[in-house]
Order: sequence, then C-alpha cells, then structure tokens
Amino acid sequence: MAVAIENLTVTDALEKLNAGIFTSVELTQAVIDAIREKDPDLCAYLSVDTDQALARAAEADQERASGGQGRLLGVPLAVKDVLNVKGQPCTCASRLLRGYTSPYDATAIARLRAEGAVFLGRTNMDEFAMGSTTENSAFKQTRNPAALDYVPGGSSGGSAAAVAGGEALAALGTDTGGSIRQPASFCGCVGLKPTYGRISRYGLTAFASSLDQIGSMTRSVRDAALLLEVMSGHDRMDSTSVDVSVPAYSEKLRDDLQGVRLGLPKEYFIEGMDPAVEQAVRAAVARCRDLGAEVVDVSLPHTDYAIATYYIIATAEASANLARFDGVRYGTRAEGATDPIDMYGKTRAAGFGDEVKRRIILGTYVLSSGYYDAYYLSAQKMRTLIRADFEKAFEECDALLTPVAPTPAYRIGEKATDPLQMYLGDVFTVTANLAGICGISVPCGATSDGLPVGLQILGPAFGEESILGVGHAFEQSLHGDD
Amino acid sequence: MVMIERVVTGPLVPGNDMTDDSAMKYVPTIGLEVHVQLRTASKMFCACSTEFGAEPNTHVCPVCLGYPGAMPVMNGRAIELTVRTGLMIGSEISGFSKFDRKSYFYPDMPKNYQISQYDKPLCLGGEVEADDEGRLVRVRIHRIHLEEDVAKNMHFQSASGIDFNRAGTPLMEIVTEPDMHSAADAYAFLQALKQIVAYAGVSDCNLEEGNIRCDVNVSVCPESQSELGTKAEIKNMNTFKGVYSAVGYEIERQIAVLEGGGRVVQETRRWDPDREVTSSMRTKEDEHDYRYFPEPDLMPVVLDPLQVNSWKESLPEAPRARRERMVDAYGIPDYDAGVLAAERSVADFFEAAAKASNNPKAVSNWIMTEMLRLLSEANVSIEAIPVTPKALAGLVALVDAGRINSNTAKDVFAELFEQGGDPEVIVKEKGLLQVSDTDAIEAFADQAISENPQSVDDYRGGKKAALQFLVGQVMRLSRGKANPQMVAKLLAEKM
Repeated sequence: MAVAIENLTVTDALEKLNAGIFTSVELTQAVIDAIREKDPDLCAYLSVDTDQALARAAEADQERASGGQGRLLGVPLAVKDVLNVKGQPCTCASRLLRGYTSPYDATAIARLRAEGAVFLGRTNMDEFAMGSTTENSAFKQTRNPAALDYVPGGSSGGSAAAVAGGEALAALGTDTGGSIRQPASFCGCVGLKPTYGRISRYGLTAFASSLDQIGSMTRSVRDAALLLEVMSGHDRMDSTSVDVSVPAYSEKLRDDLQGVRLGLPKEYFIEGMDPAVEQAVRAAVARCRDLGAEVVDVSLPHTDYAIATYYIIATAEASANLARFDGVRYGTRAEGATDPIDMYGKTRAAGFGDEVKRRIILGTYVLSSGYYDAYYLSAQKMRTLIRADFEKAFEECDALLTPVAPTPAYRIGEKATDPLQMYLGDVFTVTANLAGICGISVPCGATSDGLPVGLQILGPAFGEESILGVGHAFEQSLHGDD
Repeated sequence: MVMIERVVTGPLVPGNDMTDDSAMKYVPTIGLEVHVQLRTASKMFCACSTEFGAEPNTHVCPVCLGYPGAMPVMNGRAIELTVRTGLMIGSEISGFSKFDRKSYFYPDMPKNYQISQYDKPLCLGGEVEADDEGRLVRVRIHRIHLEEDVAKNMHFQSASGIDFNRAGTPLMEIVTEPDMHSAADAYAFLQALKQIVAYAGVSDCNLEEGNIRCDVNVSVCPESQSELGTKAEIKNMNTFKGVYSAVGYEIERQIAVLEGGGRVVQETRRWDPDREVTSSMRTKEDEHDYRYFPEPDLMPVVLDPLQVNSWKESLPEAPRARRERMVDAYGIPDYDAGVLAAERSVADFFEAAAKASNNPKAVSNWIMTEMLRLLSEANVSIEAIPVTPKALAGLVALVDAGRINSNTAKDVFAELFEQGGDPEVIVKEKGLLQVSDTDAIEAFADQAISENPQSVDDYRGGKKAALQFLVGQVMRLSRGKANPQMVAKLLAEKM
C-alpha cells in the first residue's frame, strides 16, 4: 500500500508496522518517494542510500515476522552528515571530505541499529556544523519547508527540513551551540539537545568537544523520548559519557503540569526581540500556567557574556579538532604540493569554506602564546559562572521557558555576509551547551507569515525527564486545540 | 661539579694554544628529556597492539589513525607504570593530573595534535643516583608525564610512506633538572635510569627498538658567571653512546663559539651519528607555538591514594640499594655487586644461587664470566635458559669439594646452560668425576714418561716448563679427569 508519511511519527509508524498495516519496505519506499518528489526543492539530503536501506527494511520485516522485538525495528531515520555510519559517506558538508566513506558506526548509530533502525540518508548541514543557516554547506542550500526563500536554520538544517518537510519521520542532529534547537524552531519540529554526556559522542565528527552533543529532530516529544532512551547511556569509547541510569523516558511523559515550577529568565526576554516570537513564547508560558504550572521569574545574570565565551571555547577546540583534516590519510588532497606543509596549506585552503577558516583562525589565535590567559582561560572562568547561574536557577524551578532564537527564520542570504549578526542569533541556545544542561525546542506557534516559532524548555543536567514532561504536556494541549 | 678546561679540538679552533695556563674555564650544564616506551599490551588511547616489527599499518584503528569522530580512551596500565616509575625515584605523585593537546602539523601526527600533559603531570620531583666508575652522580628529576607516540615516516625513492603502528604507543617523558655537567654524567644517569625502569618492569628498555629516546639540552658558561649559558637542544637520540658523543661534541662546539668571541644561539640541533657532529635544525624564532589546552575528550586523572600506596608497597628494591645490600649480605666486592645488580633477573639468579651455596663469591664469578658471556653470545635472557640457581650452586660445591676440576666444571656449565639438569647427575653419567686415585694417575704418569723421553730429559736438565707439557699429556690420557695438582706432584716425584 502507499504509506502516507506526511505527518507520521515514529511511534505511529511502529504501531502500524506491528499491526501489519504496512511493512518496513513499504514505509521506507514511501520515504524514498517523498525525497524524490520534494528534495529538489528542499535540498535537505546530501545522499540517500536507497538500496542498502530497502535491504535493511526487508530484513526488518523478516525479523518482525519471526517475532523480532527491536524498539525501532524497520523505522527509517535520516542522519546529519557529521555522524559516522559504517559504509556511508560522512562529508560534514565539506569539500575536504568529499568521497570519504566511514569505516565505523558511531555508538549512537550502533545502538539505534541494534534496535532495528534503518539508516536511509545523510542530511545537509553547515560545514563541520559551523553556522546557523545551513548556508555554509559546501554542496547545497537547504530551504525552509515553511517558506522556500527562508533558511532552515542550522547547523542541522537538513535534518530539520527533512522532518518538518515530510521527507523523514525523524532525524539525528548535533547541537554545539543550538544546532538542533534553532533549526527545529525555524522549521517547526521538535528538537532535543540532551545533557552533555547523556549520549556518547564516539563517532560524532567533533566541532567543539566540550560542547557537542547528539540529539534528535522529531515530529513529537514522544518520539524524542523514544530515540533518547535508545541512544543514551555510558559508553566505554567516550570517557565523557556519564554513567547515569537511563529512565524509560517515553513512559514517563505527562499530560498536565500540576506541581511543576517553571522559571522565566528575565535576560531571555530582551529589547529587539522579534515581536511575533515574543508573543508566541508568552502565549506558550500562559498555556503552561493553564496546565497547572507555577511560573516564577528567575535571573541568569551572566547571559550577556555567553556569546563571547562560546565563540572562544568552541573555536579553540575546533582549531585542534579540525587539524586532522590534512589530506594525508583520507579526504581530498590538493595536487601540486612541494612538501608536506605545502600540501596541508593547499589541501586546507581548497577544502575548507570561509566560515570554517574564520573559526580555525579565531581558535588558533585565542590559544596562542600570550593570548591564552586573556581569552581561553577567561572564557573557561566565565563558563563556570554561567553554569553556576543555571544551578542556582534550578534550585528555584524544575525547568526554564525561553525563546529559542530572537527571530524566526530569515531570508536566505540575509545575514550571510554578517557573521557577527549571525553569531548573536545564538544568544539563547549557547548557554545550555556551556552549562552542559539539556534543552528542547517545541513548536509553539507561527508568525503572521507562517514562519514557525519554537518554545525552548531548559532543564538541569540529566533532567531530560522533566523537559520532556513539560514539552509533551504543552504539545498535547496544542493538539487539543486542533 | 666538574670543570672542563678549554678543551679544543683541531678542526674547531685551529691554531689555538693548548698549553695556555691562563685559559678560561667553562662549566657545562646538561639536562635531559627521556622518552621511555611503556610495556603495555595495547596503545595509550585505543585497543591496538603495541607489538614491534609488524607489517606496516596492521595495528591501527580509527582512534590511532585520527579518523573523524574517533575518541581516546585512557590506558590505565600506562598510568600505573608511570606512577610506579615516579615511586621508584621518590617523585611526588599528583592526586589530580590531566591531559592536554599539543598542536603542531607533521605527517607522523595523525590528529596534528599530540595528547600529552602540560601543567599537571603525573609525577613531580624525585632523584636518580648514578655511578660513573665509582663517582656518585646525583640528578634531580623535574617531572614525569605521559603522552602518545607519533607514527614513523618512511622515505622511498620517489615517495614517502607513514607506518602508524607506533602511533599512539604510550610514552613516559622523564625531564631532569640541569644537574649534569659532562658527557659522562649524562651517560651514567641514563644507565642508572634504564636500570630503574627495567627493575620496575615499566619498559622493555630495548634501545634497538627505540624504547628509550632522548632530547638533550646543553649549555656552557664561564666559571666566573653565575647564570647558565644559552642552551641548544639536541633532538631524538636513541643510543646512550650517541648521547655521550653528542654532549661531548656540543660542549666543545659551544666553548669554541665563546672562545671565538661569538654567542651561542638558542636553537634545536640534530645529531649526525655518522659524522659525529651536531647541526642546526631550527632556531628559536621558528619554534612551534604548541597552543596547549586541556584535552576535552578525557577526564582528569584522579588517583586513589590507597591505590598509589598499594603500588608503592609492591615496588621492587631499587638497583642501587640492592647492590649495597648484596655487598653486605654476600661479602662480594662492590664491583661484582654492581655488575650483578644491573639487571634484576641476573641479581635474582645470583641471590637464589648464593643462598644455596657456601661460596657466594664463586657463584658471582661464574655468573660474571661464563654465564654473562654465554648469554650475550646466545643473545638470550637469563630467564630463558634451563640452568637453575640450585644447579649453579651444586656445580660450585663440586669444584669446592675437589670432585671435578675447573676445566671439567666449564664443560658441565656449558651442558647446564644448554640442557639444564643436575650437575651431580651429569658428572656421574658422563664419568667426569676427578680422578684422585693415585694408582690410576700413576699408570698415566708412567705412560707419559715412557712416551716422552725428550721432555723427561729436558726436565731433568732444569727446564721446569717440560713438567707442564707432561702434565698436559697425563690430562689427555685421563680425558681431563685427573686432578692436575696431584699429577704434577706425582710426575715430579717420579722424575
């Protein structure tokens, strides 16, 4: 049968697969068909592994017929092109990694695979996850499904556009400073950035190691909970993954907010914020109050320093993390070099885009002898203060409600020539990465032009149960209005 | 402190007057950074084998090749071995230690940064006491840290290749204070350090396989000057002999520069072992800015004091302490004790044999001469041969009791060395017991006298040397078993 996937969630799909309403092959084929039809406009995918995906789907159907119990058995997923899936490309949307095939599975991928997930295709992104619009991809410009002239956000713009635009039931993304939550908000899907250490980073091509985290783009909070519980948990291969027990998140969702205290950080409701965004978020806050939550004002006094702190730490780490892309062992090597150092220069000059070069240069500078204390060390101190801000706030409330970004999606090209302006758009999201806490973006409305707006719910470290609970209750109450 | 006269060799400063009594004196100062490859089964941050000599690029994985997304995982054994080394030399063990990234681009560096330790090394301080032909050389240790080794570049006729098997092997870097003042000091220190590291079971210490490599900092300053001179660093030496020669050369070179009115340039130099000279690699202006920052992929190392204590309690006796104790306990000369204590397994063998014997000095002689010679000829370790300490003690007892002569004993030892077994049994089975039976020896003596009338005449004519010839004949006739002292006595009486 033809499977309608336009609004299909992973949870719905699993019910229907289990009930025999459609097969994994049919479902996977439907997603492939949707990509064929829509992707020429959306440009969400960099590559689609059709044959392998259909073969895996057929295996999943057989497994299900013989009693297979995988929690994601036969569900096709899209994966941001920064996560390693054995045998698939992993270009990070960079010319430098064109033609690279990954020799191994990331731990998160291996865990999803063990539950029967099918890895269908690779989604577009800002090169090496550096950017907020997906304009920094070396290969194509992903468009916002809500308005094709608008950016989908970034850096996980391809994943967000695929999920919101009907080309994937769910997708994996990564979030270093908002790269899951902001595109989820711009495109209108649910974007979860878990606590640092919740999901192993092994196999995630590093941008900024102390900030990066794998997460999901889904069509429901329940799906986010389901993917999280499969991917989470300590991994021997990632020393920074934390050995904290993994609750059955999808079974602990709530429908009301009785007894929940929610904080509104005053520093996140600022002058110059887009009025439509503010209105949508304030309405969401009111709705949470209606659902029984107590709403209190809180303060995160060091928020003003977050952008500077973030761009020092992230670029410093990136300057070392990206040093390995030298053309020696893999990737595209520039021709005509006279010696190894010359080869590095030519390979990296030709292989990296402007934004990546800008950040490598910034990061190299802040770590240089004589500047380290003034930049990197100061940033680390400020990071500690920002983390302390959140710890204090979470003594007063269970979760925080904020906008995801000061604006809705903007036009393609609008900020492309003004990197600083673009960096400032990360002001509400980088703090969660600096503090290592969890956050989720849940659709909460739209502008008069129909551009989606997201509500950000921030929770303490390993407080995923709390933000998923709030997100689910809020989401369900919106559905009740439909 | 050792003062070096203005030692000038011809090619450096031609025409210098070596007999000038008013020559200025210079004090050389030397510090070492010694890299020791640790004895671990797997690499520092991944599960790949550290086996030496495998086909290129067979012990590799995404982690040690620096593939996108791969992450390091600490090898706990490497931490333990480094801490054990620190404990052996009296370092303070850091309760909190961490790893850092050291950035520079080079084809042998898979990630183009090395995971090392910058400001929080595992061990701080300590001291090594070395011996230069009876002179005590004391060298303070600044710090010991842990890092990963790089790959090996290989150059072919028209291309270069990289073997990543070695990339990520655990390396312990021991940094000394500038406490050495001659090539001999540096050599003695390295010998002592090698002994300590081998005793602690920390490294195989195989110099041919590059298990120990060092960077040498050398400066000289006039005796009258209190602050140190400008130093040059000589990189990546992998023999102790090379260090000795390079330090000697560098001291003379720097003195010659100063004598010629020049200034020593702060720079990195390389040692050419064929031409026996150092030459400039890069000056200070070209030094890398390593841009160290804390490795975000690893957690800090927080050591449990109870664990450190249990390592401390299980440490072996240090080689120098053992040498002193063996002199006291077995009454052997200090020189012997030094030779025996140089290797832990040799000292273990000696002590076991000496305890089973009434004659430790004879045991020591056997080990120092026959055994070490045969071991070195066969290129095997003492653990790999079948002879037991008890068998050596038994052999010494047979000689002491006059039951075999010393020539026979050597043959028996050779047999033990090859086949093992009980010397008593070997001697009996092969009928090697010394013949001290007068009748049997008399018969051989008579035969020798009758067969060699010329020698008998010579002896009677006053040529005492002829007796030795006749003794040799009797020994031959007895197939080496006759007691030579007895033979000489009997022959003399008969003639």
